[in-house]
Amino acid sequence: MDTVIHVEGLEKSFGTTKALAGVDLSARQGTVLGLLGPNGSGKTTTVRVLATLLRPDAGRATVLGHDVVAEPAAVRARIGLTGQYAAVDEALSGTDNLMLIARLLDMPRRAARVRAAELIERFGLADAAKRRVRTYSGGMRRRLDLAASLIGRPDVLFLDEPTTGLDPRHRNEVLDQVRALAADGVTVLLTTQYLEEADQLADDLVVIDRGSAIASGTPASLKADVGGQRLHVRPLHRTDIPTVSTILGGLTDEPPAVDASGELTVAAHEPGLLHVAGARFDEAGLAIAELGLRLPSLDDVFMTLTGRTAEDAEKRADPTDEEVAA
Amino acid sequence: MTTTAVAPGTTPRPPMPIPDIERGRHGPSTLRHGFTLAWRGVVKTIHSPEALIDVTLQPVIFLLLFVYVFGGAISGNTTDYLQFALPGVLVQTVVFASAGTGVGLAEDLHTGIFDRFRSLPISRSAPLVGAIMADLVRYLTSGVIMLVLGTVLGFRMHTNPLNVIAALGLVMVFAFALCWVFTALAMLVRQPRSVQGIGAMIMLPLTFGSNVFVPSDSMPGWLQAFVNVNPVSKVADAVRGLLTGGPIAGPATTSLIAAAVIVVVFAPIAVTLYRKRA
Repeated sequence: MDTVIHVEGLEKSFGTTKALAGVDLSARQGTVLGLLGPNGSGKTTTVRVLATLLRPDAGRATVLGHDVVAEPAAVRARIGLTGQYAAVDEALSGTDNLMLIARLLDMPRRAARVRAAELIERFGLADAAKRRVRTYSGGMRRRLDLAASLIGRPDVLFLDEPTTGLDPRHRNEVLDQVRALAADGVTVLLTTQYLEEADQLADDLVVIDRGSAIASGTPASLKADVGGQRLHVRPLHRTDIPTVSTILGGLTDEPPAVDASGELTVAAHEPGLLHVAGARFDEAGLAIAELGLRLPSLDDVFMTLTGRTAEDAEKRADPTDEEVAA
Repeated sequence: MTTTAVAPGTTPRPPMPIPDIERGRHGPSTLRHGFTLAWRGVVKTIHSPEALIDVTLQPVIFLLLFVYVFGGAISGNTTDYLQFALPGVLVQTVVFASAGTGVGLAEDLHTGIFDRFRSLPISRSAPLVGAIMADLVRYLTSGVIMLVLGTVLGFRMHTNPLNVIAALGLVMVFAFALCWVFTALAMLVRQPRSVQGIGAMIMLPLTFGSNVFVPSDSMPGWLQAFVNVNPVSKVADAVRGLLTGGPIAGPATTSLIAAAVIVVVFAPIAVTLYRKRA
């Protein structure tokens, strides 16, 4: 299978902050590569280098065989980019925004109009097409932004946290669109902070932290590393935490972790654990506020891979947030 | 989830696939894309109430205020003052509009739309060229509104239409030169509000410290010295000459030289900063 995106030893510093410290990754044609990491880990910087917006200090990156530094024009001709902030013009209508991009791509006026109308329809913006973007909701802006990056029918699409700030319904719509694009042969590189999202969408995942790729593989293999599903329990009364802990420990041979909010977490190797645990809590007469199975979160992945929480990683990496503005 | 070998057409069709669209086959052209982006700039101005007010209502308010508040005190009556001040207020209006170029560019950098432009296969300078072209339209609009309103209020031109066109042209050349200062400023400061603030700090002494509103002979010597070298005074003199009679060649030449110097100094700075940071 063809490698469409190939990155080797990518490095980039902003002043004294090392945003990328040697990132390696590659994406196959027609697949979705998820770049997973906390804020400030270097996801955006990686995307900006690949989209020819930033020159790396060291390393090499190719998109469709074209070097992003040596042949930026060849790369730009075949990529689409949707950044973290909706890059649409608030003073123009939805249709005019798409027309603008189409005309900049040298589409004839009539073809541009057809293409804009198609994408407006496809992204459910028909009712708002003539309205100024200023009046759009966050979700509508995001969808228009995604539509704008698809005007030129790119072979490679970069999506930098495309669902940030979207409500669940619109989030799923965007995810469906991305899935459809990949099925159509488009190679997608998507950054996200949510393992769940990467899990739903990505064929391959790269976990990035402090500017380096610290793990890569399919979502299934990564989750296996992390340990699969987890059982979460929150007793109604904090005084019940020790009792709940003892019951869970007895069921799984593993002392559960307790977080600051009074929630207990334990790896759920047996699928029946949820029911068994529920029954035991009933028998013991314990009032339970929350009980459920969850996939490992980014935090769990992080804990396993780095021994610290994603939140900690974020705090430490905060200065690189400037990369967005740089 | 592990999809293998996905070639277009071999997979079940997704909902509403994107049909292939033939892109026009032209090489990148700064000018053509510049025009497209200038269209965007003009539509944007028409659609943003505040931008439109900057271009249309602001000059009207300025002119009315100056003529009716200061006119009597400075010239004895408003009719004479209008005759004196209108050419200068025309210069001031267009000079103010040139600061808007910087604000607009800073906004584009801020919202991320520049990233989109830069990820497209268009020339790197096209967004800058487009912004400046759109602004020339704004300058011209402001200038024409000013002349029309002035005429309605009683301003009488003592020349031929060619001179009027020359006056507008000179003012636009000067604003074009100044817009490089604000482009450089926008690239340095990047925050639209700061560009606006610093812009006003530059514009106010430049326009008020001139002979636009008051003849310079009532001013203290040190201020007269500044007013006399201030290029805005020269442009105002040239425009007065062109519209109401008086020396033209001298102030016009000085204005054009000043404009050229500003461009030679600030355009390379602006373009370098733009290439580096935009």
